[in-house]
Amino acid sequence: MSTTIPQTMSQATVEPIVPVSTVSAAPRPTRRYYGDRVYKGLLTGLALTLPLLLVAIVTELAVSAWPSIHKFGFSFIWTSVWDPVNEVYGAAPMIFGTLVSSLLALVIAVPLSLGVAIFLTEFAPRWLRQPIGFLVELLAAIPSVVYGVWGIYVLIPVLRSYAAPAIRAVLGWTPFFNGIFYGNSMLAGGIILAIMIVPYIAAISREVLLAVPATQREAALGLGATRWEAVWGAVLPYGRAGIIGAVMLGLGRALGETMAVTMVIGNRHDIAMSLFQPGYTMAAAIANEFSEATSAMYLSALFEVGLVLFVITVGVNAFARLLVWRVARGTAVGSKAL
Amino acid sequence: MATETLVQLETRRLSALFGRNVIVREVSLPFPRHTVTAIIGPSGCGKSTFLRCLNRMHELSEGGWSTGQVVLDGQDIYGGGVEAVDVRRRVGMVFQRPTPFPTMSIYDNVAAGLRVNGRIPRGQMDETVERALRQAFLWDEVKDRLRGSAVALSGGQQQRLCVARAVAPAPEVLLLDEPTASLDPAGTQRIEELCTELKARYTIVIVTHNMQQAARVSDFTAFFYMGRLVEVGETQQLFTKPNDPQTEAYITGRFG
Amino acid sequence: MSAPVTTRRIKSGFFTGLVALLCFLAILPLFLIFADLVRKGASSIDWDFFVKIPVAAGQSGGGVANAIVGTAIIVAIACAVGIPVGIGTGLFLAEYGLGRLGWLVRFLADVMNGTPSIVVGIFAWTWFVKPVHHFSALAGGVALALLMVPMLARTTEEMLRLVPHSLREAALALGYPRWRTSLRVMARAALSGIVTGTLVGVARVAGETAPLLFTALGNINFDTNIKEPMQTLSLQIFTYATGPFEDWHRLAWASALVLMTLVLALAMAARWATRKRYGD
Repeated sequence: MSTTIPQTMSQATVEPIVPVSTVSAAPRPTRRYYGDRVYKGLLTGLALTLPLLLVAIVTELAVSAWPSIHKFGFSFIWTSVWDPVNEVYGAAPMIFGTLVSSLLALVIAVPLSLGVAIFLTEFAPRWLRQPIGFLVELLAAIPSVVYGVWGIYVLIPVLRSYAAPAIRAVLGWTPFFNGIFYGNSMLAGGIILAIMIVPYIAAISREVLLAVPATQREAALGLGATRWEAVWGAVLPYGRAGIIGAVMLGLGRALGETMAVTMVIGNRHDIAMSLFQPGYTMAAAIANEFSEATSAMYLSALFEVGLVLFVITVGVNAFARLLVWRVARGTAVGSKAL
Repeated sequence: MATETLVQLETRRLSALFGRNVIVREVSLPFPRHTVTAIIGPSGCGKSTFLRCLNRMHELSEGGWSTGQVVLDGQDIYGGGVEAVDVRRRVGMVFQRPTPFPTMSIYDNVAAGLRVNGRIPRGQMDETVERALRQAFLWDEVKDRLRGSAVALSGGQQQRLCVARAVAPAPEVLLLDEPTASLDPAGTQRIEELCTELKARYTIVIVTHNMQQAARVSDFTAFFYMGRLVEVGETQQLFTKPNDPQTEAYITGRFG
Repeated sequence: MSAPVTTRRIKSGFFTGLVALLCFLAILPLFLIFADLVRKGASSIDWDFFVKIPVAAGQSGGGVANAIVGTAIIVAIACAVGIPVGIGTGLFLAEYGLGRLGWLVRFLADVMNGTPSIVVGIFAWTWFVKPVHHFSALAGGVALALLMVPMLARTTEEMLRLVPHSLREAALALGYPRWRTSLRVMARAALSGIVTGTLVGVARVAGETAPLLFTALGNINFDTNIKEPMQTLSLQIFTYATGPFEDWHRLAWASALVLMTLVLALAMAARWATRKRYGD
C-alpha cells in the first residue's frame, strides 16, 4: 500500500464562514446529551399503557366474573335459563344469538364487500375510485346508535311490510323463516350488522387486493384471460389469505357490535331456529341489563358474559390479523380508525 | 510532526462490520487538509460503509459496528466521552439522492443544521445562510424565493441545496456519497465544480462510481476492493501508473 | 378446454356488472340513511333545539343543548388523554419499535382495535365509577380515550413509516439527536397524515354510546361539571329512540342528524388535511 502526501500544501487563506458552531480545532470536552434517553423513556412509558391496559382488562373481567364462574362453571355456556330472581344464569341464548347474527351478517356482507373491493381495484374507472372510497369510509363513520334509529323506524317496518312476506312466500317452509315476523328479530339484527361491517371488510379486502403484485394480473391477461378470469383466477387466489383475514376482522366487529343490535334484535333470552324470532347477543345483554343488575351474582354473571365476549373477539381478531399480515407484510392494513 | 497538521482526518486500522460480516478491513487512510480524496472501487467493495464510519453514521444501521480509530484533528471520534452527535456537526455529509426537508422552506433547510446548536441572532443566521448558498453556487438562483418550498427545485438544485445545508454549520470535513448519481450531466458538472471550489475551506472525501469524475475532481484517489484499501496515491499518478496490478485491472476496465 | 371467446367475454361482462351492482347495493344504505335523517330530522331542528334542554317527559318542545355541550366536553376529555398517549405510542413504534416490545405493542394495538366498546365500558365502570360510587363525565371521557389510543397509535405509526428513510439519515448526518429527528423532521413530515388519523379517531369516539352507558350515564339537566354524569348526543339518541313518546322519536331523528353532521364534518376535515395526496 503506498501513501504519498504532497510536499507542498496550498496555504489557502480565506475568511471562514461566520462560525456558528462551538467547534474549535483543539480537542475540547464534549457535552453529554440526555435528550435521547429522556425521549426514549417517555415514549416507552406511553407505549406501555397498551400491554398494561390489556392485562388490566382481562384481570378485571376475570376477577369480577369469578363468583359466577365459580358457581356455574362450564354450564354457563350451554344453559338457557337466565333467571335473575332465582339467581340462575346461563348464557347459551346470548352466545347462540351472537354467533347466528354475526354469521348471518357475514353471509350478506361478504359478497357486497368483495363486490366493492373488486370493483374499486379492478374495474372502476379512475375518477370513480376516490369518491366511492370516500362513501365507503362514510358508511364506517356512521355511529352505531344512528344505525339503530334507522333500523327501528325504517328497516323493520320495511321488513315487516315487504320483505318478510316475500321471504315467507319463498322460504317459509324452512325452519329458518317460519312464524310471525315480530319486527325486532334476528333477521333485522343480521341485516343491520351486515350493513355496518361491509365498509370494514371492503376496506381491508381492497388493501389486500392492492398488495397483490400487478404481475399476477398481467401474467393472466398475457395468457389470454378475460378481465374477469384474470381477477377470479389469478388475483383473488393470491390474496385469498388476506381476504379471509378481512372477513374474519369483519366477523370480529360484528361479534362486538352493541347499540344497533340491541335496538333491533328484540332482546329476548331465547334460542329459536327462525330468523323471524327475536334473539339476543352478548353485547346487547350487557348493554341492557348492566344497570338493572340488582344483585352481586347478577352483575358477576354479566361480567362473565363480557369475559366470554372479550375472549372470543380477541381470539378472532388475533387470528385474523395474522392472516392479513401474511399478505400485507406487517403494515397497518385495516388498522386505520375505520 | 509536519505530517500531523497536514492531515486533518485519518483512519487507523478501521474495520466496519454488520454483525459478523466484515465489510471494511483494517483501512488506514489519511485525508490531508484542504484536499479532495476520491474513493473508487466496484460495487459492494465497502466504499459507502467506510465513508459512513467517518461521521459515525455506520453505527446507526442495524447491526453496524466498527473497530479501529478515526482521528479528527488529533481526537479519536470513537473515543470514550465523544458524542456521535458532536462528530456529525463537525463532519458533514451529502447523500446520493437529494433529501431536502419537504416541509421546510429553502431558507429553513439551509439553516436546519444551525438551529441544533442553539439560538443564533437573526442577522447572523441570514448571513450564514447566504454564504452557504453562495458556496453551493445556488444563491443567485434562489435568492428571491428563500421562503419558497425546497421540493419545488430541480434535482440538481436540490442537491446543491443539500450541499449548502451541509456546509452552513461550518464543518471541518465534507463527505460526499456518490453525490451526482441521480443528477443529469449539467447538474453533475456543477457539483464537480463545487468540489474544486470547496476544498479551499474543507477537507473533502468523495465516494464515486465514476472514475472519470474521480480523475477530474480529486487530488488523491483511494482504490478499495473487497473491503480492503488496495492503493492510494496522487490522482494523476494512480490513473496513469498505478503500482498495484488490481488497481490497474480496475482502471482499465477489466472488471468492475 | 376453454369455452369460445364470446361466451367468455359475455361471462366476463356479466361478472363485471354483478360486481358493480354489489358495490352499488353496498353503498345504497348510506344514501337511504342520510335521506331519512334529513326527512325525519330536519324539520325538528330550530334554534330552540340547540339552546334548550329537554322538557319533562311527554311534553313537547325543548332541545338538546345539554347533549351537544356534553358531547363536546366528553370528547375533549377523551382527546386530552387519548391523543398524547396514542400519538406517543405511535412515535414509539416508529422510532424504537423494531424490538420485542415494539412487536408486542403493535400486535396488542391491533387486537385492542377490535375490542367491543361495551367491554371497555364495563371495565371503565369498574375502575372509574365503582370505586367512587359516582358516574361522571370524566369516567366517560377516559373510557373513550381507551378506544382512541390503539387507533391513533397505529395510524400515527403508519404515517411515520411512509416518510422516506433518507430524510431521517439526512437529519442525523446534520447532527440532529434522535429525539429531534423523530419530532422535528419525521413527525413534521408526516404531520398531515397524523392529523387526519386523529380527526378520524375523534369522529369515531364522538359517536360512541356503549362505553358511556355506565360511565357518563346521561343527564337530563344542563351540567358542565365533569365529576357529574353528563349527556351526550349518542346517549340522547338511544334514550329517545327507545322511549315511548312520539315526540321523543322525533327528537331522536333530529339529534341523529346533528350527530351525523358533526361526524361528517370531522371526516371531511380529515380528508382536507391530506388534500395534497392523491390516488390509492
